[in-house]
Amino acid sequence: MTGLDTKARFADPDAAYRAIIEAHRGLTESQSADLNAALVLILANQLGDIAVLREALALARATIGQQSDA
Amino acid sequence: MKPAEPFARFAYQRHADQARAKPACHPVVIIGAGPVGLTLAIDLKLRGIDCVLLDDQDRIGEGSRAICFAKRTLEIWDRLGCAAPMLDKGVRWNVGKVFQGEDLLYQFDLLAEPGHKMPAFINLQQYYAEKFLVDRAQALGVDLRWLNRVIGLQSGAQGARITVETPDCTYFLDARFVIACDGARSPLRSMLDLEFMGEQFEDQFLIADVRMTADFPVERWFWFDPPFHGGQSCLLHKQPDDVWRIDLQLSPHADTEHEKRPEVVRPRIARMLGHGAFELEWISVYRFQCRRLERFVHGAVIFAGDAAHQVSPFGARGANSGVQDADNLGWKLAAALRGSAGLIESYDQERSQAADENILNSTRATDFIAPRHKAEARFRNAALALARQTEFGKRFVNSGRLSTPTTYADSPLSTKDAAPWSAGPPPGAPIPDAPFRNGYLSERLGDGFALLHWRASAAAAEALGVVDVSDEDEALIARFGLTPGAGYLIRPDRHVAARFHQMRQGALTAALSRAGAA
Repeated sequence: MTGLDTKARFADPDAAYRAIIEAHRGLTESQSADLNAALVLILANQLGDIAVLREALALARATIGQQSDA
Repeated sequence: MKPAEPFARFAYQRHADQARAKPACHPVVIIGAGPVGLTLAIDLKLRGIDCVLLDDQDRIGEGSRAICFAKRTLEIWDRLGCAAPMLDKGVRWNVGKVFQGEDLLYQFDLLAEPGHKMPAFINLQQYYAEKFLVDRAQALGVDLRWLNRVIGLQSGAQGARITVETPDCTYFLDARFVIACDGARSPLRSMLDLEFMGEQFEDQFLIADVRMTADFPVERWFWFDPPFHGGQSCLLHKQPDDVWRIDLQLSPHADTEHEKRPEVVRPRIARMLGHGAFELEWISVYRFQCRRLERFVHGAVIFAGDAAHQVSPFGARGANSGVQDADNLGWKLAAALRGSAGLIESYDQERSQAADENILNSTRATDFIAPRHKAEARFRNAALALARQTEFGKRFVNSGRLSTPTTYADSPLSTKDAAPWSAGPPPGAPIPDAPFRNGYLSERLGDGFALLHWRASAAAAEALGVVDVSDEDEALIARFGLTPGAGYLIRPDRHVAARFHQMRQGALTAALSRAGAA
């Protein structure tokens, strides 16, 4: 069984996505990257499971190159 | 800066071996009289093994170098009878502080639980440590030959012949084992054409020993991005004799020769200290490196210390792990010379594991202290920012994870637990010290195998040192998770070979045999 849950876990995913976007509003690109770095560390600690963290990192890595630049 | 003077100088003496028609043959020849070679020579001497210790210099000196000696190292030196002068001279410290800019991010306290004979760490210039080791080696009559440089090596499975150059002649020595403790640039490694595998990091650090009277507390202070050294890292540590060690990170592209010049170093340090009332004693520049030999044992030639593996300095894992190499090797060499050669292979296996653990910790600290690119720096800075307000953020901050002895998991010498234990060091782990009678367990154990038990019938252990735990030894009982009838088989290097809830002759004999005691 995989540890990373890829099913939707939020009752309202739109609200969660919106909350993340809003946190970045008004930030420069560099500040935005700083915020993401802090957020990743906070969420990784909340996860507290190195195996699941590695799965999440692998999934994120797999999206590199699949994201089209706007 | 004053011209460097050697801290101690020793006389070259012509040895009778130099005039022999046929090369003299010794059981063990150790190359390099640094902390590792000296520790091993003293250990072997105490085990009654004739060994020769060669060094290509005739002096100790040249800066503080290794300065942090950890509890395990001090326990080893205590067993060898030379910890007392180190403790007298060394500076004891327990508190470390981590700053970012001008702000204290957090502090840690290494103060161990009570009932250990040795402190967590002492700071002591390597030249003092070496001097005390030389004193002990000479008092024991170790055959220590200064200005004896190895210039040739022929090695086979059954022994090696080395060519030694001295001020008045070149001579040959034969040895059953040659132990290369000849440092990070190991000439013996080159003679065997062995690859030193690993990585060199780009960032450079400047080390300065500064003499001054200052009322900084006796603590380890580490700064990320200090106001006096923008964007880089810095470490401040106290040594004896009012000498302070300062490590300053330099940019990867800094010109080493320029940075080392006293007129360039002085203003940097004056900015840091806020005054210029200090003397520069020693300046050096280094790059972080994490490297190791693939194997430490090559027939009759065995590598130990920096010659075998090298790590970055933030963590005190260099000299400390080297001394533990010597501690692991001494009793195994003694056994091999009595005919049980199989133990030597376990040196390679166990100390390889320790080297990998040290390299892993050292690499992680290096990545944190000196981020390699912008994204890494961003995460590092995020962790530092979070450390100001969260406990987990502090735990991400890595200014060096300080040296602790390795547990030899899966050692071929260990007997697996037959049933679960709720506490105590597992097989392969180093044993903790504990109060025992009017002193300490570490003083009660000798140089050989020992059986520690609580109310077991220890008739099994005639050839062993026996530590007979009594009901009053509560701290020891708790630390080892002992129940009545239980016992530990402890190796000469004070790692656990086996443990039993109920001691039985057959199981103990089997464990002794597996650990190489038979």
